[in-house]
Amino acid sequence: MPLSKEEWLSLEKKANELRNLTLDTVHWCGSGHLGGGLSVLDLLTVLYYKYLNIDVKNPKWPERDRFILSKGHAAIAYAPVLCDKGFEDKELLHNFNLTNSKFGMHLDSNKVSGCDASTGSLGHGLSIAVGTALAARVLKKDYKTYCCLGDGECDEGSNWEAAMCASNYNLTNLISFVDRNHCMIDGPTEDVMKLEPFEDKWKAFGFETLVIDGNNINELCNAIDTALANKSDKPYMIIMDTVKGCGIDFMEGDYKWHYGSLDDEGYAKAKKALEETYKKRLARVEKEAK
Amino acid sequence: MGLSYTAVESTSLQTAEIYGQALVELGEKHPEVVALTADLAKSTKIGDFMKKFPDRFFNVGIAEANMFGVAAGMARAGLVPYLSTFSQFASFRSADQLHTDICYQNVNAKVIATHSGTSFGQAGSTHHAICDLALVRSIPNLTVICPADGIETYHAVMTSYDVPGPFYIRINRGFDQTLYTPELIKKIGYKFELGKAIEVNPGSDITVIAIGSCVYQAYEAAKYLEKTDGLKVRVLDMHTIKPIDKDAILKAITDTRRIITVEDHTIIGGLGGAVAEVIAEAGKGCAFKRLGHQDHFAPIGLHEDIMSIVGIDSNGIVNAVRETMKMDFEEDDDWSDEF
Repeated sequence: MPLSKEEWLSLEKKANELRNLTLDTVHWCGSGHLGGGLSVLDLLTVLYYKYLNIDVKNPKWPERDRFILSKGHAAIAYAPVLCDKGFEDKELLHNFNLTNSKFGMHLDSNKVSGCDASTGSLGHGLSIAVGTALAARVLKKDYKTYCCLGDGECDEGSNWEAAMCASNYNLTNLISFVDRNHCMIDGPTEDVMKLEPFEDKWKAFGFETLVIDGNNINELCNAIDTALANKSDKPYMIIMDTVKGCGIDFMEGDYKWHYGSLDDEGYAKAKKALEETYKKRLARVEKEAK
Repeated sequence: MGLSYTAVESTSLQTAEIYGQALVELGEKHPEVVALTADLAKSTKIGDFMKKFPDRFFNVGIAEANMFGVAAGMARAGLVPYLSTFSQFASFRSADQLHTDICYQNVNAKVIATHSGTSFGQAGSTHHAICDLALVRSIPNLTVICPADGIETYHAVMTSYDVPGPFYIRINRGFDQTLYTPELIKKIGYKFELGKAIEVNPGSDITVIAIGSCVYQAYEAAKYLEKTDGLKVRVLDMHTIKPIDKDAILKAITDTRRIITVEDHTIIGGLGGAVAEVIAEAGKGCAFKRLGHQDHFAPIGLHEDIMSIVGIDSNGIVNAVRETMKMDFEEDDDWSDEF
């Protein structure tokens, strides 16, 4: 079902709030993985406010959908989402990354309610997601498993072990994403370690694939709907073409914003940029919504 | 105690076969038990489980790191995965996944590491696991067991189901000589308890602490030394490497003042390392010797030959005991001034 204008607007509003909360969190704690947090934030918004079948009051509900953020460093955006959903107290974001905080730079699933896996060491999440999806089969449960990888993370060989495994076991209950923001710590992905032809790789490993604009909420919803309606026996990989630092013009596309900090002036500038982004996003909805 | 395997059966079964049968027994009782391997179903003897529960058996191919992550995901969803591969790959090959996915997340997954030490001797150092304990022993939340024979392996596997959390159980390839014969079981009142060493032989002159197949060798050495040298050698089966039985070690220091450790593992960081840590913190002087691989890769060969070359067979232990007995202590034998 196509996304209604009303729902699209509501998701844009939420994404805007979460972008601001992510930026505020970086400001409170002094620094953070803003670039990769902002590039994946539209996906987090869409999953947590439209698709995931979860119960905030019962975070360990066995029937719940699972989400595994393999690119664990995007916790700077993920923690605000979990707090906004009500899994944790928003006040705790003021201590993000600080000594004895509940939220580290990479979330600890045994400490943070609503977080399904402790990730951070890259190349682990897809294997965990495969195990989660296989467990649904053994336990005869209908939950879906969603997993999001970073593109730089795909250099890790273990992802390709997991990809073979997902395909071997025909895990149609697993929907995976790559946040293809084209940047890693040391530079553009194609300069550091070439990933292209990226979609072909996933196809060759036995996935149904889609390549979409991962910072377009409508496209994200269409892609997830397509994956949920999957009639093939292959798992889905949605490659999200995204922009690192999405929403803050002076960070966008700059790999140096993988991790950074903002002084008060920079923070004010970034807040202003987010306002402009939100205006543009609303204009897009007006133009493109059916 | 639910001991389903007799010593007679254990002499005709490889240790891993007993593990395979124990796993089937667990599978029958507990529908959430699943088994995983990385192209080593035959070698690790979990074929029976595969035949009996094909929907609960997963061969992930030669991809150990993925297997550990998959197991972590399964465990978090409520299954109890038993992962089987060679010790070298269960530790070093998948170390980051064992550390982070299994132990940091503290999931209920059980690693059965086969072909440990030099028990796959002819395969060479790529397949010897003589450093695994040093690695896994350092990981928080992980219980580490090295059973002495097939009977003890059975108990360790069954116990691992009853106790939530990650386990690393290290067993040998092929046949292990049966230590726990019905006679010995009766004589010493054998009881497997996690974290509690078993006194296989009583003694007051010296204590030999051993793990895995070295316990049998230590027991043989003790019997021989009693006959030839009149020595009373205490033999402890330290099946649980972590948490280690500190009380048994402290008692050995007080009672015998001489301790030798024996393991099919490097002397660094395994049993010898663990016992050394306890002795060092005890504040009491003690003659101490670690038998094991002396910071060298092992030669290629039959397991029993390697054990002999390295000096962790009964002859090596006899020699080490005699050497250690020569070490002098203060004549007054009073410890109170040695703190």
